[in-house]
Parts: sequence; structure tokens; C-alpha cells
Amino acid sequence: MRTAKHPFGFIGCVELRQALDKHALDERELMDRLEEVPPGSVFYHTHGYFLRHRPLTTAYGNDFARWAAVEVRDQALAERLAVVDPFGFPDLELLREELVTIIHDHLRRLNTVPRAELGGAFHFQQSHIVQVELGPLATTLAEFRDGLAAVDASAIYFHMVEARTRLGRPSGDFAEWLRTSLELPALADRIERIDTYMTSLERVRARVLSLVDQALEEEAA
Amino acid sequence: MTRIDDYRQVAPPGVVDIILKLAERVRGRRFLHVSGGRFGGGAAEILRAVVPILCDMGIDTHWEITGGDPGFYTTTRALQAALEGAERVLADEALAHYVEMNRVNAKKLSLEADLVVVHDVQPATLVAQRSDGRWVWRCHFDCSRAQRRAWSFFRQFVAQYEAAVFSLPEFGRRLGVPQYIIYPSIDPLSEKNRELTPREVATILASLRLSQDKPLLVQIGPFTRAQDPLGVVNAYRLVKKHYDVRLVLAGTAGDERESLEVLAELREAAHHDPDIVVLELPPDAHLQINALQRGATIVLQKSLREGFGLGAAEAMWKGKPVVGGFGGGLAQQIISDVTGYTVHSVEGAAFRLRHLLNNPELIARMGTAGREHVRRTFLVTRNITDYLALLIHLSG
Repeated sequence: MRTAKHPFGFIGCVELRQALDKHALDERELMDRLEEVPPGSVFYHTHGYFLRHRPLTTAYGNDFARWAAVEVRDQALAERLAVVDPFGFPDLELLREELVTIIHDHLRRLNTVPRAELGGAFHFQQSHIVQVELGPLATTLAEFRDGLAAVDASAIYFHMVEARTRLGRPSGDFAEWLRTSLELPALADRIERIDTYMTSLERVRARVLSLVDQALEEEAA
Repeated sequence: MTRIDDYRQVAPPGVVDIILKLAERVRGRRFLHVSGGRFGGGAAEILRAVVPILCDMGIDTHWEITGGDPGFYTTTRALQAALEGAERVLADEALAHYVEMNRVNAKKLSLEADLVVVHDVQPATLVAQRSDGRWVWRCHFDCSRAQRRAWSFFRQFVAQYEAAVFSLPEFGRRLGVPQYIIYPSIDPLSEKNRELTPREVATILASLRLSQDKPLLVQIGPFTRAQDPLGVVNAYRLVKKHYDVRLVLAGTAGDERESLEVLAELREAAHHDPDIVVLELPPDAHLQINALQRGATIVLQKSLREGFGLGAAEAMWKGKPVVGGFGGGLAQQIISDVTGYTVHSVEGAAFRLRHLLNNPELIARMGTAGREHVRRTFLVTRNITDYLALLIHLSG
């Protein structure tokens, strides 16, 4: 069995949430505040959604869409925001611009600004990620598979989302290690292409495991 | 004493390992909690679970409490009520006495730690006597509607902390220090939440003279207008036209006028309907509450206003769908259409109750979803993870 040049260490993460002193009671305020908040807050309410909202609540894709649907009851805006795939943007400023443009275009079609009448305000937040090294290091594909199957789901988030978006590793850590350290470029490409949007961390884990199992079977054959 | 490994059977897979890794990183640092007492609910209930586990993991954790004379307690109760938005008269002399008593408390207590977390109002002014370490004010209630005078006085102390922690972003106020968000939690291994066999549930309910011969709708909470138990009775009456159910309203009455009035009105309603059961429980009736929630078909938490209120999380942990209001943290706990329903009116509550009673498979599905939601979001293991992350983040 192939041995990696450098071992892979799984890293889990814990999110410490911080409230920013910015909130919105209607959709125009949401747009205005969204233009002002730090990039970390855009990240928290979009990519971070997948860390917090486990299988039960991934229906909206980001916090802005969820607020529009649940608190404002504006399904049209919720749908338009929900379809924005945060993983499709190379940086957070472009993602912010897309979200602001969607709200702006939506408001231009309306005579009144929809407001959270019965529900609550949108409270902007950001988070601090505390990294946690997990488990033994993996030096082979089989060890990588065993580690991946057992680690806390936050490790899937860290290596597939945080690494790509905030840590400047656009392929994600799994694909990068498989390509450069274990020299399995085909498997790395397949993992890099996994759609992490609108699904749960457990489903992403299952897809990576399935691809790794397939590679292990091919190797054994 | 419960140990961290005991939580492996109830926490999400991998969470205990994350906690142990975080604990390794903070070993050698001193962690201090200060609260107004060791008994009752709220902060004390959470600390009774959190502190022993932190100690079990080898983290140097201590829990100190403040105290004083009757005037001190009277003032802190009034100040907390005013910070929660109630109208209270706060004399300058009484407030000065509160600060002075905490100056005396500071001399008696060992307050040196890498991270000092001060809970709620009673010990809050200890910060004026702070020495080393990072100090954080943990506010367990909603102070967003605080009386202006009360907040003007209190704010000068909050400003001396490095940070504040609130249960929800909307519970906070404009402050010059960072505000972190940590949800409160339930302890799944405590008397109130541990597993009970059907036989234990039946025995405890029988001791409360409660039969399980028909579906039980249960609301547990103080007999106050904010909890809207009379609204629950009206919702039950709308349901009762179609379903033979029993309503159980259980809680503590206290000795305040409002509470006694509400209890009298509920007793009057119960007098005319044997299927309305009003149970006045002592504050330590944890096992009875556990059995009532487990014996329930549907749990109601129709609060109009409250703090975070963990009643919904407790019921969902026991696999029950919850029909709740929008007060406090209920909207955070109940995922509408998934783990229960959030409602705005008596009619809304009745409609959702009928819908559930008419679809028993939905009761089971929502109950299962609710338990998983609580497992990931509202167990004490998540609270410990958050505290350790806070300790690492603030103390480097």
C-alpha cells in the first residue's frame, strides 16, 4: 500500500460566536448592514451555516435566506438568496456583492419594504474558530479512511469549507493531501468536485468515504 | 459524580473527544465561576453540571458564590428585575450598599484565575476589585429592555469586563466590549433529564394522582401570566371538543400576588373540568418534571415572554413534540414543522395540537427529530465546549 510523503492530521473545530452590534428589522436594513459588516460576518452567515445547521435545518442554505423565509415571510427573497452557492465565489467580497445585489433588485420590484413584523430582527454575528487536532495521523489511504469515518463532523467542515474559503487552500485539505502527498490525483479531483452546498456534513463525509472505498477496492484489485 | 466519559452515550459522536482535546490545551490554567448561589435553576443548574466535569478533566476549576445581608438580596433581586425590564424603585443608598457588600465579598473570595466568569447580577460588581486574569460577565437573562436608570448604574460595571456572554444576540445591549453568544444547556444525566423506564414514569405519575388513560398535554413552568397558562387552558378547550385529552399544568407558584391570582384562576377552571389538572410542585421536583415530560403526548411551552427557557429542550430531549410561543429562546429551540410548532395565538396552539393528535406518526417523527436537535445544540457537552473555546480564545 502506498505511503504518504507527509501524514495527514485531522483537525476538528469549535466555533465561538460573537454578536456584532448590527441588526436589521427590514430587508433594506439587511442590505445596508450587509454592506458594512466585516467579511467574517458574511462568512459566518453563509459558509458557517453548514457547521451549525446539521441535517435537520439545511433547507435555506444561509442565514439571510432563512430569516427572509421564517421571520419576514418573504418567500421570493428567501428563494433568491437560498440559491446563492457560497462555494462558487472565490472571495467573500464577491459573495457579499452578489447577496446585496439580490436584495437590491428584489426591493426595486416592491412598493413597500418587507419587515419582520412578528418575528425577530436579523442579528449579525461572526465567529472565532478554535482548531482541535484529532486522532492519530494517517499515512495510508486505509488509515485516512478509518480516521475520516470516526472524526467529529466539524473536521469535515474544517478541511472542506474553512480550509478552502478562509485559509487559502482552494482544493480543500483532503484533495490537496491525496494529490500531493499520496499521489492519487484522480481521487483528489473527484473529492474536490464534491458539491458541499445544500447538504449536510454527514452526507459530505459519506460521499468522500464512498470515493475512498472505491479507490481502495481498485487498489486491491 | 458524573464523569466526562459518561456523556459518550448521549452526546453526538466525537464530541467528548473534542472536549478532551480542548481540555488538554487549557490544563494548568485556572478557571473560576462566580455566581449568586449554588441552588435553583438558571446559572446554578448549569454550573452544577459543568464545574464537576471540568474538574474531572483535570482543569483547575473553582466555583465561588457571593452573599450578603437581607438588604443586599432585596436590592439584587430588584436590580435584576429592573434589568429585565420591570418597573422597580432603586434607591441610591441601596445600590451603594450592594456595591459595598460585594467589596466585602471580594476580600473573602479567591478571585485569581486566568478566566473569571461572573454570572448574572448578584456578583457582577466584584469586577471593581479585580486583579489579574480575564473577566467575563455571563448574563443568563434578557437585558435588552432594561430600565434606563438601572442600566445606567449597571453599565459602569459591565464596561470593566473584557467581554460579555449572552444566551442570544437579541438579549444583549450596546456595549463597548465584545459580546459572545453561548446557548444555555440541559444536563441529560441529571434527575430532571435522565432516562426513566415506563414503569418509573407510571409510578411517579401515580404518586401525583395522574392517570395515563388518555393523551396528556403538559405545560410545565411558573404560574405567571408570562407563561400564559390560561391561554393554554383555552387552547385545550378548543381541542377537547374533538379529542378526549387531559391537560396538566405543573409548576411552582411562589408567593407573589400575580402568581397566586393565576393559580386561583387555574384552580377555578379545573374545578369545572376534571381533565384539567393543576399541580403545584416544590422547586426540587426534578424527577416529577422528568416523568411528566416523558408521560406527555405533546408538551406545550406557550410563553409570551421569558428568558431563554429550556423547558422546550428538556421536552424534546424526551422525544416529545413541542407547541410553543415565540418568547425568549423558544424560537431557537423549536424548529417549526420539524420538532414542533411555534404559535402566536391560542387558536394557533389549538390548531397545531389537533393537527398532531390527528397525525400520531408526526408526533413520533417530530419527537425523534427534537431529540437529535437537542443532542447537537442544547446538551451540557456543547456548553462545556463553548466555555473551553472561550477560555482558549480569551486567555491565549
